[in-house]
Amino acid sequence: MKYRETAVILEQREISENIYSLWLHADDIVREARPGQFVSVYCQDESRLLPRPISICELDKESGRLRLVYRAAGAGTQEFSGYGPGDTLELVGPLGNGFPLDKGYEKPLLVGGGIGVPPMVELAKWLPGEKTVVSGYRNSDLFLKEELSRNAVLYVSTEDGSAGTKGNVLDAIRENHLETDAIFACGPSPMLRALKAYAAEQGIDCYLSLEERMACGIGACLACVCTSKDIDAHTNVKNKRICKDGPVFAAEEIEL
Amino acid sequence: MMNMSVNLAGVEFKNPVMTASGTFGSSAEYGEFYDLGCLGAVVTKGVANVPWPGNPVPRIAETKSGMLNAIGLQNPGIDVFIKRDLPLLKKYDTKIIVNVCGKTVEDYCEVVERLSDQPVDMLEINVSCPNVKEGGIAFGQKPDALEAITKEVKRHAKQPVIMKLSPNVTDITEMARAAEAGGADVLSLINTITGMKIDIHRRTFAIANKTGGMSGPAVKPVAVRMVYQVAHAVSLPIIGMGGIMNGDDAMEFILAGASAVSVGTANFANPFAAKETAEGIRAYMEKYQVEDIRDLIGAVE
Ligand SMILES: Cc1cc2nc3c(=O)[nH]c(=O)nc-3n(C[C@H](O)[C@H](O)[C@H](O)COP(=O)(O)OP(=O)(O)OC[C@H]3O[C@@H](n4cnc5c(N)ncnc54)[C@H](O)[C@@H]3O)c2cc1C
Ligand SMILES: Cc1cc2nc3c(=O)[nH]c(=O)nc-3n(C[C@H](O)[C@H](O)[C@H](O)COP(=O)(O)O)c2cc1C
Ligand code: FES
Repeated sequence: MKYRETAVILEQREISENIYSLWLHADDIVREARPGQFVSVYCQDESRLLPRPISICELDKESGRLRLVYRAAGAGTQEFSGYGPGDTLELVGPLGNGFPLDKGYEKPLLVGGGIGVPPMVELAKWLPGEKTVVSGYRNSDLFLKEELSRNAVLYVSTEDGSAGTKGNVLDAIRENHLETDAIFACGPSPMLRALKAYAAEQGIDCYLSLEERMACGIGACLACVCTSKDIDAHTNVKNKRICKDGPVFAAEEIEL
Repeated sequence: MMNMSVNLAGVEFKNPVMTASGTFGSSAEYGEFYDLGCLGAVVTKGVANVPWPGNPVPRIAETKSGMLNAIGLQNPGIDVFIKRDLPLLKKYDTKIIVNVCGKTVEDYCEVVERLSDQPVDMLEINVSCPNVKEGGIAFGQKPDALEAITKEVKRHAKQPVIMKLSPNVTDITEMARAAEAGGADVLSLINTITGMKIDIHRRTFAIANKTGGMSGPAVKPVAVRMVYQVAHAVSLPIIGMGGIMNGDDAMEFILAGASAVSVGTANFANPFAAKETAEGIRAYMEKYQVEDIRDLIGAVE
């Protein structure tokens, strides 16, 4: 079940340069939501028609609170960053499928790159097994580090080498000899491509959360497709809707 | 008793609000938010004789008060449409209009024929999609070609035929007259206006197809003008669309001469937009104590 909800902002903070953490009250969405799903956030400026898709970073099922962590990238997210406690935002969600949680992996490896780090926080809470998180950052500004460390062992990579492994997430995986039976990842396409290749090489399962420009966010407009290996049951051609059939796909299902 | 129902080519719609083709999926997606029985009709995504894979991504871009799309008429093909999508649509207490696309006259006629014994109330022929390289738009930009394809489609069609007009022409009334001469029962307009957006930071096109069809509130004044012109050029009923966000927007089209309206891009900005448009028209009628919506069609001369 999807809901449109007028969510009240409880708190907003800039947790890193241009990266904002937003806590909202959204009972219906929070009740139904799971890690790896996202919400559509609507702008109040009516000249921006399309919703901004933002991943669920944290859920507090008891109090109906939802956390979004986003980068102020363009006009829409900049607008959101200007709101504070008591202001409201229109949301639709929860959207998409979320990460698979019941596959029985013993040592899942959660990998987030840049603004793909936030969804790993809630995933680390829900996923059973002995969890490791690898987060890739630009520099030693390791946003969400504490939250990630609560439910998993955390390794980091930084582009400038100022913390953890110098390089990218794969460098951190190799340097620390991290062993795993399944990868769960969200981040930029080159990172996802590299992880897909790494998982294939290691013969392990791999789930990737993808991004694409969206208009409807609910599977109606076919804006957000990715290329699939086989003919998709819904579209009847070789592509899948990221907003509806994803954003999480088994790596072997899709072409990157 | 207030009357909101309209009759187009012998088909009775409980109210004049429809969904615009391609923006409402197979309808089940919006059926999760509200009962589609509150709409006059749902109009499906364009369906072709065979599956179409559509264009590469990015397929859409936001523009000020509008958007560009180049989906490329991705569709699962008529077989899957009839077997899977149509039965789902039948669940709702609303009329069904199937939007038809093709590359050749034969493609269009094949789809139209396949639908002849199906529970479909009307056919909307998309001869005006600017996002597909072959066919399509050519029929929508040359009066002779439009008249010819309208005639052919009419020969094969069991249901009333709506010809959907492209705004990407010099004189929309010439096209409207051609469709009328070909035997069209209803006209719908406007389809999207060809546009372009450049990403100055990446120094490339915002949409992989380079050009895309513009829709949303930014195109509304153009659409209202064209509906007005067509209403004065032909005697066919018109379904007006282009940037309708609410009941007030819909009223502009109705007063300009549209018998019905479609809500498209607005569904993306608000999943309840089509429902709220129908409610907004009712509120307008109550406010001005209008008994019959038909008294307002084309009331601004
Ligand atoms: C499933 C999904 C989950 C996401 N989760 C997060 C998250 O948790 N945190 C976060 O910071 N960002 C996330 N993003 C990216 C986020 O949606 C964009 O940064 C945001 O839409 C930019 O909007 P804007 O108005 O600031 O930028 P503008 O560039 O002004 O936006 C213009 C248009 O392009 C779209 N757009 C721009 N960049 C992207 C992008 N990268 N992906 C999709 N659409 C885009 C916008 O939605 C809007 O329609 C996610 C994207 C997807 C698809
Ligand atoms: C994403 C998208 C897909 C569309 N697909 C179709 C289509 O398959 N067939 C068609 O005739 N028109 C299609 N259209 C055009 C709309 O039906 C409508 O004519 C146009 O968008 C103007 O209305 P609006 O401003 O309310 O969206 C599409 C429009 C959009 C935005
Ligand atoms: S954004 Fe419309 S189908 Fe995914």
